[in-house]
Amino acid sequence: MAIEVRIPTILRSYTGGEKAVEGKGDTLADLLGDLDSRHPGLRGRLVTEDGGLHRFVNVYVNDEDVRFLGGLETALNDGDSVTVLPAVAGGSR
Amino acid sequence: MLRIRQDLVDEIVAHARRDHPDEACGVITGPAGSDRPERFIPMLNAARSPTFFEFDSQDLFRLYRDVDDRDEEIVVIYHSHTATEAYPSRTDVQFGSLSPDSHWVLVSTRDPDEVEFRSFRIADGEVTEEPVEVLAASPLSEAAPESSPSQ
Repeated sequence: MAIEVRIPTILRSYTGGEKAVEGKGDTLADLLGDLDSRHPGLRGRLVTEDGGLHRFVNVYVNDEDVRFLGGLETALNDGDSVTVLPAVAGGSR
Repeated sequence: MLRIRQDLVDEIVAHARRDHPDEACGVITGPAGSDRPERFIPMLNAARSPTFFEFDSQDLFRLYRDVDDRDEEIVVIYHSHTATEAYPSRTDVQFGSLSPDSHWVLVSTRDPDEVEFRSFRIADGEVTEEPVEVLAASPLSEAAPESSPSQ
């Protein structure tokens, strides 16, 4: 089961410069584990030590933010496309 | 160094004034690899806050897809500080480090009569201010408001 994962510029140091990589998994958590076996360190940039998604990244399955789906437990299907984008935020504090 | 047209500077400042006292935010895109800001895209501040801004995640997704489809890059990411100076905060540095290829433009609207417009590079937690060179507005953008409605 192949799922395309689009990687933002800031994280391409983990994928040898590749814009997109393929992985597999029944859930987003499984997929990230699979990716980390070939791209060590990538998972740690997306998932906190507490096991939640990092606030500095947005992860989408197809065009839906996974925060509005099932987070890391979001189910994946063959042919789904996962996109990782750096969050754009800030402020005076 | 950020080289940016006067009309784009004016758009950013006008957006910041309009949303004051909340922070305003947006981007300017340009052809991939050009480092040339051309297309002004104001974004909604999903936080609607005087001390914080964030792009709505769905808007962000559409923005990136659009930028990719047009073979563009995000040249400028701008936002306003409404009560403090136009200098990156700790939060700005954390998030700015994720977009090291963009110019991080800050304006302050704390003074109703004076504009602070500054540009920074943020990478690996380090802030570097850069000079801003303002270019004449393009002939096209000047002509646009005067052109007659379609007939």
